[in-house]
Amino acid sequence: MTTASHELAQSPPRMTSRLDGELLEVSMGPQHPSTHGVFRMNVALDGEIVVKLKPVFGYLHRNHEKIGESTSYLGSMPYTDRLDYFCSMTNNWAYALSVEKLADIEVPERAEYLRVILAELTRLQNHASLLGFLLSDMGAWGTPLMYAFREREKILDLFESLSGSRMMCDYMRFGGCRVDAGPDWMERAKKVVDAFPRFLDEFEKLIVSNEILIVRTQEVGKMSAELAINAGITGPMLRACGVNYDLRKVDGYGVYPRFKFRVPLGDHGDCYDRLMMRALEMRESIGILKQAFEQLPAGPIMNPKVKLRAFRPPVGEAYGRIEGPKGELGFYLISDGSPNPYRYRVRPPSFINLTVLEDLCLGHTVADVMVILGSIDIVMGEVDR
Amino acid sequence: MESLEQVKARAELAVPGARIDIVPNSGPSQQASLLLDNEHATAVVRFLCDDPALRLDSCSNATGVDWLDRTVKKKVKVKKLVDGVEKEVEETQEEFFPGYLEAVYHLYSIAHKHGPLVIRLRTPDRAEGARLPSLTPIYRSAEFQEREIFDLYGIRFDGHPDLRRILMWDEFVDYPMRKDYREPDDYEYEPTPHDDILEKAKEHHSARPQLDGAENITAQQ
Repeated sequence: MTTASHELAQSPPRMTSRLDGELLEVSMGPQHPSTHGVFRMNVALDGEIVVKLKPVFGYLHRNHEKIGESTSYLGSMPYTDRLDYFCSMTNNWAYALSVEKLADIEVPERAEYLRVILAELTRLQNHASLLGFLLSDMGAWGTPLMYAFREREKILDLFESLSGSRMMCDYMRFGGCRVDAGPDWMERAKKVVDAFPRFLDEFEKLIVSNEILIVRTQEVGKMSAELAINAGITGPMLRACGVNYDLRKVDGYGVYPRFKFRVPLGDHGDCYDRLMMRALEMRESIGILKQAFEQLPAGPIMNPKVKLRAFRPPVGEAYGRIEGPKGELGFYLISDGSPNPYRYRVRPPSFINLTVLEDLCLGHTVADVMVILGSIDIVMGEVDR
Repeated sequence: MESLEQVKARAELAVPGARIDIVPNSGPSQQASLLLDNEHATAVVRFLCDDPALRLDSCSNATGVDWLDRTVKKKVKVKKLVDGVEKEVEETQEEFFPGYLEAVYHLYSIAHKHGPLVIRLRTPDRAEGARLPSLTPIYRSAEFQEREIFDLYGIRFDGHPDLRRILMWDEFVDYPMRKDYREPDDYEYEPTPHDDILEKAKEHHSARPQLDGAENITAQQ
C-alpha cells in the first residue's frame, strides 16, 4: 500500500447532475421489506442514478448500553440476544468473552467446544437466510428464501431443544455454558450438519451462474481494500475485498486454533463477491463443525469458581471481540468494582459496515441500492441498539 | 507490538510538543491505554496510523465514557497539639477530582495483525459544548461512532464532516448516556391551559426547566 491510509478517509466524492433537471429526493424506508427492519435512506436521484445517500438511524433505538449499565453483568446476558436477533449465540459469546477478559475467568474445554459448535451453527443459519433475503430483494420472491428458511428451521430446532428458545437463546455464561448437550442432541446436530452440503449444492446451482443474478451483482457496489480497512469494515465484507483478516485466525480465541479451515477471500469487492463469501464460509463452517463433533471432550461445562450472582469483577477495563457472522462483534466494559458495569459498550459490526453505504451506492441505480444494502447484511436490532 | 512505553517515546519524538500519558489498567485484561493531549492528538494518531512498524490502520471501536466529579476520602495521620501535647491524630481529608468526558478509541493493525492500542482523549470538563478533535479525517470508521458519541454524550468533535445526532431525533435535547441524565417522565406530554393540568405541567418539567421551554408555557398564566 503506497498511499497513506488517512488520505482515504475523506467523504465520498460529490457527484454533479448530468441532466439539467432538478434532483429528485426519495425517502426509502423505514417501512420497506428490503430495508431489513426499520431503516431509512434519504436518497437524491439524478434520473435513476443515486447522487447522494444519507442513512437515517434510530427507529429501533432503546439505548441498550444505558440499560446494560443499570443492570448486573449477568442481567445483560439475555439482553445481548436482542442485539442481532439472528445470531444470539455469537452475541452471548462476545459478551461472555469480554467479561472473562475483564475478570480473568477460564472456560472448561467442553464449554469451549460447545461454543464453537453453536457459533458455527449460527453462522450457517445467518448466512443461509442472508442469501435468501438477498435473492428476494433482487426479485426472486419466495422460493430461495423458503429454501434457506427450511434449513434455518432445522438449526433453530436444535437451539430450541438445547437452550429452550429458538432465537433468544441466552445460552452462554461467564466461565462456561448454561446447559450441557446430551448424546442424542449431538446425533441430531450431526445429522443436520451432514445434510447441509446437499442444500448448499442445490442452492449454489440455483444462484452461482444465474444470469440475472450475475448482471445484478457483478461490478455493483465495488469497494477497494484500502477503503474497507480505513472504514472499519469487518467480516465477510472485508474479506470480499481480498483482505485476509478473520478473527478466528488472527485472535485465535476459544479453541479455534485447533481446527483446520480456510478463509475464503474475494477479488473484486463487489456484491457478487460478498454473496459468494457467505456461500464459501458456510462450507468452511461445516468443516469446523465436523472437526468439533469429533474432538468434543467430556467434562464440566462451567467453571465452578465463578459466582454468577453477585458477580463483581475487579476494577479495570477490557475489550473483547469475536468474529460474528456479520463481522467483528466487540464489547468494551469498564468495571468500577460494583455489580453493574460502569461502561458497557457494544461494537456493532453491521452499524459500522454501513459507514460505506453511500460510497458503494453512488453512481448506481435505485434498484441497486437494495442489492448493495442486502449484501452488507444488517440487522436493525444491532444497528440502532 | 512494541510496549506502550516504546510507542509513547517514539510518538513524542515524531510529534514535537506532544504530551502522552500512560493510563494504567488495574484489571487482568492487560489493556492499558495512552492518553493524548487534545492539541496534538490528530498528529499523534496520524503517526500511529502511518508508522511502518505500528501501522494501526483500522480504528475498530470508538466510544465515550462519562466520569462524574468525585471526592475521595482519605484517612491521613497528622501530628497535632492536643491539650498541649503533640499527638498523632487520624484525620479524614477529602480530595476532589473534577469530572470529564472521555473518548476511547481501539486501534488495530490489519496489515501486521496486532492490537489493540487503546487511546483516550479527555475534555477539560463536563460542560455543554465540550470539544475534542475528531479522528474521522484519519479513520472513516469513526464517522458514525463519533456522531453517536456526540449524540449520547454531547462531545463536539472539531473537524468532523457531518456532526449530527444519529440515534436520537434531531429535536432532542440533553445527552442520554451521561451518568446524571434524568429521563423526562413522559415524552409526549402536552400541557393544556387548565388549572390542574398547569400544576402538573410545572411539576412535570421542573427537573430540567432550562432545557425544553416548558417554563415559558406555564409563565403565560
